[in-house]
Order: sequence, then structure tokens, then C-alpha cells
Amino acid sequence: MLETSELELTRSTLNQPAEFSQPVVADDTAATPSHTQANKPMLLTDEAIKLQVKDLNLYYGQKRALNNVSMVIPEKKVTAFIGPSGCGKSTLLRCFNRMNDLVDSCRIEGEILMDGKNIYDKDVDVPELRRQVGMVFQKPNPFPKSIYENVAYGLRLQGVKSKRVLDTVVENSLRGAALWDEVKDRLHDNAFGLSGGQQQRLVIARAIAIEPEVILLDEPASALDPISTLKIEELIYELKNRYTIVIVTHNMQQAARVSDYTAFMFMGDLVEHSATDELFTNPVKKQTEDYITGRYG
Amino acid sequence: MDITSHTHHISQQYNIELDDIRKHLSEMGGMAQRQVNDAIQALIDADLEKAEQVVRADKGVNQMEISIDEQCVRILARRQPAASDLRLVIAVTKAITDLERIGDEAAKIARQAIALNRDGVAPRGYVEVRHIGGHVSRMLQDALDSFARLDMDMALHVVQTDKVVDMEYGTAMREMITFMIEDPRSITRVLNIMWSLRALERIGDHARNLAQYVIYLIKGRDVRHSSVDDIAEHIQGIE
Repeated sequence: MLETSELELTRSTLNQPAEFSQPVVADDTAATPSHTQANKPMLLTDEAIKLQVKDLNLYYGQKRALNNVSMVIPEKKVTAFIGPSGCGKSTLLRCFNRMNDLVDSCRIEGEILMDGKNIYDKDVDVPELRRQVGMVFQKPNPFPKSIYENVAYGLRLQGVKSKRVLDTVVENSLRGAALWDEVKDRLHDNAFGLSGGQQQRLVIARAIAIEPEVILLDEPASALDPISTLKIEELIYELKNRYTIVIVTHNMQQAARVSDYTAFMFMGDLVEHSATDELFTNPVKKQTEDYITGRYG
Repeated sequence: MDITSHTHHISQQYNIELDDIRKHLSEMGGMAQRQVNDAIQALIDADLEKAEQVVRADKGVNQMEISIDEQCVRILARRQPAASDLRLVIAVTKAITDLERIGDEAAKIARQAIALNRDGVAPRGYVEVRHIGGHVSRMLQDALDSFARLDMDMALHVVQTDKVVDMEYGTAMREMITFMIEDPRSITRVLNIMWSLRALERIGDHARNLAQYVIYLIKGRDVRHSSVDDIAEHIQGIE
């Protein structure tokens, strides 16, 4: 008896294909098939703007390193800078948190607006700017302190003393950097005991502990093995939900994998800046084509 | 950006690899074209031997598809091609599928020729086969040439010709139907001709696909399922 009823049950389920074939439509976007959504072209003009570079010229002494660069960095998206060595991509990246101020011979013309405010205005509080615009370098540079103290460092500088607050921020930041599970049992060990990939994620955790708005990554994975590299890339993918990310990389596949928009620079000029999908399949400029396909121009 | 060549890579080996798939595509195209021409000839001349040879030689086209496909996969895995290089590899993998189908259609025509040889020559329809066959063969030739020379105007011309072939195919079909009505005893044999015409029309479609890949390769825009006017406008519009 049981078998029969089971059979009937199966049959009655099978006879109701409507339930399967008609997806529940939540809103208008869900009605479009997902494959057309995935192919929807991304346009810079559709994005909210976080940073805007206006006619930027940068000189190291007599040498001009950036020529009249104008571009926008979209909010909560990943923008990659690619180009050969010495093309100015790191120089441009450093402009976003005024790291170039530290170079004596460096002189800047033009403007960089963050949320509409020029960060090169005289009244700008540079340490505050660098809190808002965090940076991670090629080589992991943890402080010679414990894992916990590395992440808590920025907050302590700001005068936060409450252990409860620090504990929470350290945990959240390490979670945000996808490192928590690997280090939660040894938070007070020295940070130098971590692997290179873990150190790099620790540095990212340190950067996000002070709640920046923009994260600048200068070749963040070039000193790491492939697995650690993929973990960093996965992390970038997570982080862009909350932060605006700008990444400089020599690894074009990496730029193609992680970024939404890519800017190609050559000898101080911004040659082409468009959606990553477009730039890597159908670039407009010959220089871009030659560079990404590995040709000599 | 329009592309004109796939050379000048810093890696010489990469140049060679890309050049190889292009060369092999041309070879396979030549093979498929020979199959089509031989099949048409075998049908018109009622040449049994030639027809059987076409059926046998289809294997060669199939094998070529597999080997070029392997080369393309290897390039994708090892070189991670970008931009026009990527489009070349993708266009070639698509093109060989169409060439393989063209080979299949040629074999189909050859089988009709063999059947006709057995059942006695068809009373009518050879004029249509010769006419449409000539059109289609030239389309295929042009499509392959446009691939080799990256000639977009020629590719566009192929896409336009396909419309003409489709129309002629429709006319020929109606004619075949009148033949069958006139003389019902000839139905089997006229059907053989109809299947052959159908195969030729399909070959025309595949040649059109090849031409569309050429436009994709050069312009980076997928023009499949676009009207001829849209394609022409697009080509001129962004030049």
C-alpha cells in the first residue's frame, strides 16, 4: 500500500511541471534571464564616483612622470592600473593618499577630488586622508608586534583603549581579511611567524581596521605563491562590497580576474580606461592591444 | 581597433602557434571545399566512384577538426590570449565546427549521388543543383579567403550572398514539387535531388557563419543573428 501511494505521490509531483518551469518573479530584474544580465556591459558613466583626477601633472624634479591624467575611480568597484614599468601607475596610485608628499623633488599640478573635495587643498588633514585612503604594498610589512597588536595599532593611535572595542575590531578586521580562522588561536604570537600570504592579509586587516573608504593595493600579490595570490584575489572580491579598491598589478591576468574597470598607462599617459571585459577582449587603442597581447609596439 | 595580423609578439613561439592554427584552418577549409565541389560533380556526372570517395574522405575533415581544436585548447591553457589573439582562437574553434558540418553535408550529397546511381538518374533538377552549387561553392571560397586575408568587405559580401542562395533554394524547392506532381514515378529520385539542394543550402549557411566570425575577429562584435543591413551599418559606423 505504501509503495503505491509513494508512486502516486511521485507521479503527481511529476505532473506538475508548472511549479518548476515558472520561477518566482521577485522584481523586474529577476524576470530577465541571468545570462543576459551577466553580459550587460558596464559603463563608467553609470557608476557613482569616489575619486576624480583632473588634469593631473606630476614632476619628479625636471622629469614629468604623469601627463595630464584625467579619470574617475568608481565607488565600491575595483579599478586596476596596468602598464609597463615606469609608466606612472604606482605614482598615480600614491597620489590618492598623498604618499608622494614624502618625496622632496615631487611637484603636482591639477586636482584629485574625493567625494568632490580636492585632497591637495591646503586645509586637508593629511593623516586623516590616509586613514580614509588605506594602502597595502608589494611586500607585506607587518610591525614587529603580535598579530593582535598589528591590527589594533591604528585604533590605539587614535586613542582607543577599551579592550572590548579593540577585541571586536580585531576580530572583525581579521574576518574581513579572511584570516581569522587561521590565526584566532595565536593572536598574541609575533606576526613574523605568519607565512607571506598570511602577512599580506594581516596588513589588509590592519588597513581595514581603521575603516577606510578607499584601499590602494600596490602589487599586493606579486611576492606570493599562486594559492596565496588566489586568496588575496578572493579577498578583493569580498572587499569591494564595502570599499573602493584601486590595484596596481603587473599581472594582467590578475587585473582581468579581479577588476571591474582597467586603466592602461604608458609613459605617463592614461591611454585607455574602460570596463575590464571590454579592454581585454576588444581594446580601442593599438598601444593597449599590443601591451595586453604581449607584442612590441 | 581593427586588426590586420597576428604576428609581432615578443614570444616568437606564440607567433608560430597562432600562425599554425590559421594555416591549419585554411587547410581544413580547402579540404571541405574540395569535398563540396567533388560531391556536386559526382551528383551531376552520376560518378559513383567520386561519390564514394567523398564519403570516405569525410573522416579526414573530422580528424582535422579534432586536431585544430586541441591546438586551440593548448593555446588557451598556455598563453591565456587576450584581445585580438583571444578572438582569433575563439573564431577558429567556431569556424572548424562549421567546416566539419560542411564536410558532413558534402558527404550527404555524395550519398544522394550514390542512391541516384542505384535507382537510375533523376529526370530533372540538375540545373538547380549546378546553379545553387556554384553559388555556394563561391561563398565558401570567399568566406575562407576573407578569413585568410582578414577582409571584412568580402565577409560582408558572403553574408549578403547567403540571402540570395536562400531565395534560390526556395524557388528550386517549388520547382521540384511541380516535377513530382507531373510525374509521381519520379518522386524518389527527385527527393534525392531535394535532399542535395537542402544540403547545399545548409553549406551556404555555414559559409555565412564563417564570414560572421571574420567580422567578430576583426571588429570584436558578435554579428550572429543580426540582419545584413545592421551588419553593414555596424561595419561602416565604427570605421
